[in-house]
Amino acid sequence: MQTFRRYVLGKVAWYLGVLLLAIVANWYLPRLIPGNPVDIIISQIGGNATGEQAKHIYEVYVHEFGLDQPLWDQFLIYLGNLAHGNLGTSFAYPGTPVWELIRQSLPWTIALQVPAILIGWIVGNALGALAAYRGGWLDRGAFVSSLFVSSMPYYCLAILLLFGLAIAVPVFPAGGGYSFSNTPELSSDFLLDALGHYWLPFLSLVVVFIGGQAVGMRSMAIYELGSDYVNYGRSLGIGDNRIVRYVFRNAALPQVTGLAISLGTLVGGALITEIVFNYPGVGSVLFGAIRQNDYPVISGITLIIAVALVLANFLVDIVIGFIDPRIRAAQAGER
Amino acid sequence: MLSSFRHNTRFQVSVGILLAVLVFAIIGPFLPGRGDPNALPGKLFDPPSWTLWLGSDNFGHDVLTQLMYGTRTSLVIGIVAGGVAVLIGVAIGALSGFRGGLIDDVLSGFTNLLLAIPVFVILIILSDAVQNRSIFTMALVIGVTSWPWTARAVRAQSTSLRVREHVDVARLSGAGTARLILLEVLPYMASYISMAFVLQLAAAILAEAALSLLGLGPSNVVSLGIMLHWALLWESVRNGAWWAFVPPTLLLTVISFSLLLLQTSLNEVFNPRLRTGGATRRRAAQPTLVPAGAPVGIAPVEVEPVGGGPS
Repeated sequence: MQTFRRYVLGKVAWYLGVLLLAIVANWYLPRLIPGNPVDIIISQIGGNATGEQAKHIYEVYVHEFGLDQPLWDQFLIYLGNLAHGNLGTSFAYPGTPVWELIRQSLPWTIALQVPAILIGWIVGNALGALAAYRGGWLDRGAFVSSLFVSSMPYYCLAILLLFGLAIAVPVFPAGGGYSFSNTPELSSDFLLDALGHYWLPFLSLVVVFIGGQAVGMRSMAIYELGSDYVNYGRSLGIGDNRIVRYVFRNAALPQVTGLAISLGTLVGGALITEIVFNYPGVGSVLFGAIRQNDYPVISGITLIIAVALVLANFLVDIVIGFIDPRIRAAQAGER
Repeated sequence: MLSSFRHNTRFQVSVGILLAVLVFAIIGPFLPGRGDPNALPGKLFDPPSWTLWLGSDNFGHDVLTQLMYGTRTSLVIGIVAGGVAVLIGVAIGALSGFRGGLIDDVLSGFTNLLLAIPVFVILIILSDAVQNRSIFTMALVIGVTSWPWTARAVRAQSTSLRVREHVDVARLSGAGTARLILLEVLPYMASYISMAFVLQLAAAILAEAALSLLGLGPSNVVSLGIMLHWALLWESVRNGAWWAFVPPTLLLTVISFSLLLLQTSLNEVFNPRLRTGGATRRRAAQPTLVPAGAPVGIAPVEVEPVGGGPS
């Protein structure tokens, strides 16, 4: 337990550093570029203001963003605002806090992605292990089709599915999270409606996940099936079922890392799927914000994406350290 | 070695497809009537006809002509970005693996840090901050953000290569670090580097497409992602104008599929024990470089057996 605690503490320190760096990058990178965000706002909203008015607007904004302060103070102000959950106010929807926009869209993204990732992970790993174990035509068929599906950009599959199953053969509704006649509320009517709109984007994501996981699992399982402990077990006459169980447990370890990557890119992973299906998630909000140069919304969303990934990576490092004693021993410097 | 290239169907298929795409992108714009990608021979979503084989897009551009120029842009960005990424990745990975010690600690700490920060976020921020994006700034931005995977794989290789005898011999005859890395270490991982380049190329093409789809693509040119951006913005899918979005979608899929197939076949040629057959009868020699299921398609992930691999 002592080792495990040291392992966890080390990870906490490392990821705090990463998080800080991500926040600094998110805050500082745009400032490296010549030009002033306030100028852009002025040219957008104050195009017909007179010189005096424009100057006034300019000063108000410069003060509001704290651009008249030293860089170090600006960063502290930014951190302070973050600590209060204050991500600024949208340019495109004046008066709407960025946090409010994210709060409305994030649940849609999570509800779309988490089931797709988990189901895709389980099915894909089972398929990959089976293909590696059986070999032959199953392997060839499953491998090539998995490789094709997983190498297809996920949004390409989404576009083709949308056209095929909602336009050419209208089985599913053509996009949106719910019908226009409905408003989001907790009623069976609304949930059924949302479920009908859910299938197509879900399908487009889960198929890609299955493919990607199957390709990875197959090569891991092939590697494990040739290892010494399997040969030894075989020579002892251990049944195939038990060997498969051993192999699956060992081969699944790196796949847990794969699950981490997927869960970490959760928020940022399906941006374009949401755009394709007009799904009311974070991706659609980001798309709108980029088109309208809504700078605070863009940086708020990139921050959320970054924090989600760092957090997921951290959790998975902890889980892996928990289930695989070799890793925490190596990390804690015992090997 | 050469005969295993010739007998590998996957290698032949992928190289064949890639050559066809290359010819389409290079020769296409020189064909008569395809000289100007900005010409407007059609109107809003004209369906395919004898004059416009693939119809017209929302502006009235000829989709086939756009497709030729778009493929060219995507390939150029992919090749430049992939090259930049491999160059940085190999330099940092080889140096840190070969030198070890403090240099290694600093460089691989930096690599791991970049791996932990979502690259796509940095891509969005950078692309959004650069107002006038040329093809080469796009390629550069993608290249300098995507090298850490290559660096990590190369570092692992050069750590094991630096203790080989031929390196010792060269060192005893007075070769310096640069010479040792260039002449004694890098040639021995040429296969690895070529596979890494193929993966980085595929990742860069997909990264460009994703950024362009979001509306952050290069200005004043057309790429496959930009075609999709306009097609989605003008609701071509819901209007049933399949000719505006199916061709770029299929082309992106085909390019990315054949690049990953090429990578797999290279891996099979270089690591013969990975070939298909009864899995139970063979020993896989090396952990493989496998494309990630990472949905953004940015980061090629190296799958390595955790802790239990042959060392």
